[in-house]
Amino acid sequence: MTVMRSAGGEALIKDVGRDDVTMRSFLRGLAPVDQVGVEQRAAMLWSRSIKTDSKQWGLDTAVSMIDLTTLEGNDTPGKVRTLCVKAVHPDPTDPQCPRVAAVCLYPDLIADAVAQLAGSGVAVASVATAFPSGRASRAVRLADVREAVAAGAGEVDMVIDRGAFLAGRYSQVFDDIVAVKQECGAAHLKVILETGELATYDNVSRASWLALVAGADFIKTSTGKISPAATPGVAVTMLAVVRDFAAATGERRGVKLAGGIRSSKDALRYLVAVKEVAGEPWLSPDRFRFGASSLLNDLLMQRMKLRTGAYSGPNYVTVD
Amino acid sequence: MPTENNGRRPASNDDRVEVRKTYKLFIGGAFPRSESGRTYPIADSDGGFMANVAQASRKDLRDAVVAARKAQPGWGDATAYNRGQVIYRIAEMLEGRRAQFAAEIAAAEGVSARAADHQVSASIDRWVWYAGWSDKLSQVLGAANPVAGPYFNFSVPEPTGVVGVIAPPESSLLGLVSVVAPVIVSGNSVVVVASTQLPLPAVTFAEVLATSDLPGGVVNVLTGDVAELSPWLASHQDVNALDLAGAGDLVADLERSAADTVKRVLRPDAGEPDWTAAPDMARMVAFLETKTVWHPVGV
Amino acid sequence: MTDYDYSPAPEARTIARLRPSYGMYVDGNFTAGHGGSFETVNPADEKVLTTVALADATDVDVAIKAARRAYENVWAPMPGRERAKYLFRIARLIQERARELAVLESLDNGKPIRESRDVDIPMAAAHFFYYAGWADKLGYAGFGPDPKPYGVAAQVVPWNFPLLMAAWKLAPALAAGNTAVLKSAETTPLSALALADIIAQADLPPGVVNILSGGPETGEALVAHPGVDKVAFTGSTEVGKQIAKIVAGTPKRLTLELGGKAANIVFDDAPLEQAVEGIVNGIFFNQGHVCCAGSRLLVQESIAEETVEALQRRLMHLKLGDPLDKNTDIGAINSAAQLKRISELTAIAESEGATRWSPPCELPSAGYWFAPTVLTDVTPAHRVAREEVFGPVLAVMTFRTPDEAVAKANNTPYGLSAGVWTDKGSRILWMSQRLRAGVVWANTFNRFDPSSPFGGYGESGYGREGGRHGLGAYLAH
Repeated sequence: MTVMRSAGGEALIKDVGRDDVTMRSFLRGLAPVDQVGVEQRAAMLWSRSIKTDSKQWGLDTAVSMIDLTTLEGNDTPGKVRTLCVKAVHPDPTDPQCPRVAAVCLYPDLIADAVAQLAGSGVAVASVATAFPSGRASRAVRLADVREAVAAGAGEVDMVIDRGAFLAGRYSQVFDDIVAVKQECGAAHLKVILETGELATYDNVSRASWLALVAGADFIKTSTGKISPAATPGVAVTMLAVVRDFAAATGERRGVKLAGGIRSSKDALRYLVAVKEVAGEPWLSPDRFRFGASSLLNDLLMQRMKLRTGAYSGPNYVTVD
Repeated sequence: MPTENNGRRPASNDDRVEVRKTYKLFIGGAFPRSESGRTYPIADSDGGFMANVAQASRKDLRDAVVAARKAQPGWGDATAYNRGQVIYRIAEMLEGRRAQFAAEIAAAEGVSARAADHQVSASIDRWVWYAGWSDKLSQVLGAANPVAGPYFNFSVPEPTGVVGVIAPPESSLLGLVSVVAPVIVSGNSVVVVASTQLPLPAVTFAEVLATSDLPGGVVNVLTGDVAELSPWLASHQDVNALDLAGAGDLVADLERSAADTVKRVLRPDAGEPDWTAAPDMARMVAFLETKTVWHPVGV
Repeated sequence: MTDYDYSPAPEARTIARLRPSYGMYVDGNFTAGHGGSFETVNPADEKVLTTVALADATDVDVAIKAARRAYENVWAPMPGRERAKYLFRIARLIQERARELAVLESLDNGKPIRESRDVDIPMAAAHFFYYAGWADKLGYAGFGPDPKPYGVAAQVVPWNFPLLMAAWKLAPALAAGNTAVLKSAETTPLSALALADIIAQADLPPGVVNILSGGPETGEALVAHPGVDKVAFTGSTEVGKQIAKIVAGTPKRLTLELGGKAANIVFDDAPLEQAVEGIVNGIFFNQGHVCCAGSRLLVQESIAEETVEALQRRLMHLKLGDPLDKNTDIGAINSAAQLKRISELTAIAESEGATRWSPPCELPSAGYWFAPTVLTDVTPAHRVAREEVFGPVLAVMTFRTPDEAVAKANNTPYGLSAGVWTDKGSRILWMSQRLRAGVVWANTFNRFDPSSPFGGYGESGYGREGGRHGLGAYLAH
């Protein structure tokens, strides 16, 4: 926000992608992020104690924010079918259980999922752009997007070219995103920064701004193929950027955390970060998502515990 | 009145009339008279007249504190290497005038020429000893502290600021040097009230300071009545610390007064100490603050 | 959509094992003493927690004599390695009883359980652990080959970190071979008495540590007693000056850790998000009852507006309320007297022209409460910019250049701490050299560690606590 103000506000933000020099000076002018400070802030958020009503609300909301994901070489139409059923009715024993936000798949499996989820309210998201490395020509990456959208994907999860970003070719990354966004049409674009490869919070902050300015509807931490994936410090950093972007432009964009979030406790804590860093308007699947698979079952078990008063076990929730 | 032996000059062996020195104050690198116009006579150990010295007033003291405050930041910011050289230069200057000091001390304190000479030698050596400390203090007293967290944390000694010193009453040069040198070596500035009864070597020593490379105002020398001046020093809000070496019976009152501004106070030992004994770090440490700096360690 | 307000998550009060009454700990026994008793209340609801024996001059005398006997007969002659083991024991016992101590501290003091649990208690244990290791290594501490303890230390601690300050005082004193008579603050006697219980569990020889409860009269009797060799005080500058006068002209050694009016300086290239956290932590940690609190925010004029906005947005998320709730950020003000002072100084600031802002927050009807407060339009001439409030009140001022920041920061008789926020390394070091403060936090604030010396310049006191330097306060050299 600091930089936004001094840089001259909304109009200029939209203009920073004009050329490399402008983009570079904009990104370098952002307020730095102190690692120790941001991790301390995260640790403090993580010390919040979520009980009873808040916990119930948090568990339900977390379920509704999940992009139920499978991104494996051995994915099959059968696996996708199982996943889609679960996405709509995560807990067959509890009709009150919310559906998840989306399923997230490779492009070639999108058509099946779209057919199965039509009218369910669960969106279908496709990774694209030569996920997860992104190491392909722009033409190939755009073709990947085109096919996913053509197959009916309502959401596209692209990866940025981390190599270009780390080499300082910010405009190239920017142009990629703009091109993908164009290819997406009405589909929502999530831009995966792969924060584990960007290594520093300053880079996370810069890449977040870059993606938002280029038109990302969501900024997303990770592919799930690189460790570390989503971390509390990265989440806090990205949530602060969408908040500041909204303050500067009036547009509330979303954040998706992906990779490594497996427990309900973690999910509830990330929601604390969403509330206290970005703000309450972000406590919604429209603006916040978990990219996860095993997290869902843990949330379901915790929901059961709240409902029955007894601890649940893995055989009381469905395997995918 | 035997002017030949009064110690202010080596006895002259011709018939010319000696040019006497006017003993004045040393404030901000200059030698003013007391603004009060007062002087008081100083006798030698046999009771003979030696000189009239300036009798500083509280206003002179105030001016001296202003000069000391003005000089302190520059002196404190000087590199330790530079301060060491300046202090070593004081020793050089003193060495060049040892005969004059020996005669003056002998006359004032009534000690033998040999004893006076020893006192001058010890004074010179003391400056040399302290000169070497300037760039060692931080290493000996500082620390890198292993805190339990992602921080680099270090402590460094820093000068306290302006220090008021009541010089020892009986050791006119060595005592004076022994209380001034440890205060300034770390970057403090000083307002020193010389021995009421034996002030002449202090004023002559100020001439040494004036001709060394010490910036004006780092050391300010007042002569006069310790009992009159010291309460103003103790209560002065812009004085950070006191060395009460020569305060005698006044110590308790001065300490109480100093408490109003939380001054650091170095109490005197009982009785006049043996200034010829080798010093330790205590007089330096008494006028140092410890500053600790924290900074996160991250990427 | 529903919001995500945190449901109550209270720590159980029973964990504190409150007793109906507490004695004083003298010569290894809990006794009723001679001064009667007084009540200590929970500042969060004004209800009486328990009654505590009040030490009078006779009790002080008995305690000092016990400390003298223990010093001469047991503690000073004991090899350092044996003293060390007692201190290690105390550290471990504090860790073992950490939860009980945290709840007790929050009940008596009003501070949030998150802070007593995460800061006060673990740090108290850490201090004993750190100084335990020094007890048999004193010859290596830089005070000569064979430094000697002073004898009996009279220690007076404040109410803002009751157990932690007791640990800061006792651990180095005992490691150096002194014995101690410690007086807790009038409004927060309980955790020191729990520490006495721990000391008893550790089988520390009788008289080595004596713990008294009481008010200013008890404190004065203690520091004025001729049987005391060393006085250590943490508290207000006003009382510190009185103690220095009492000690004047005696052979007693004195260290003082007094008030402050720290500047927290934010440059336009600062990591702003973390700076805002540092500002919050600097002034709202422990309700601002912190001598080194960053009570003056000096922000570069070019980013002043957005910094204050970011700060205000951040403060909307502070939770004020039940100190025992694990989600509470701001607890109760420690006493009615302190609340009165904070209210008065804040009102004066308003009348002098400052603009007052607090996040919307409902104050409980019972107890002593003060909403986190930001005062803008403050000038250096305002009283709130000069006087220690010792409460959750931040005075915001601006500067234009580094020189101006330094000049404004140093423009105070105090000199305990300072904060600097900038991404530029050379500027951090430049500022650190010029700030007249015993602790400079660069790109952080309110960090403490047993190995890190802490203490002030000027009217913030003299002597250091923590680290090797802290030992120097208890060793003749």
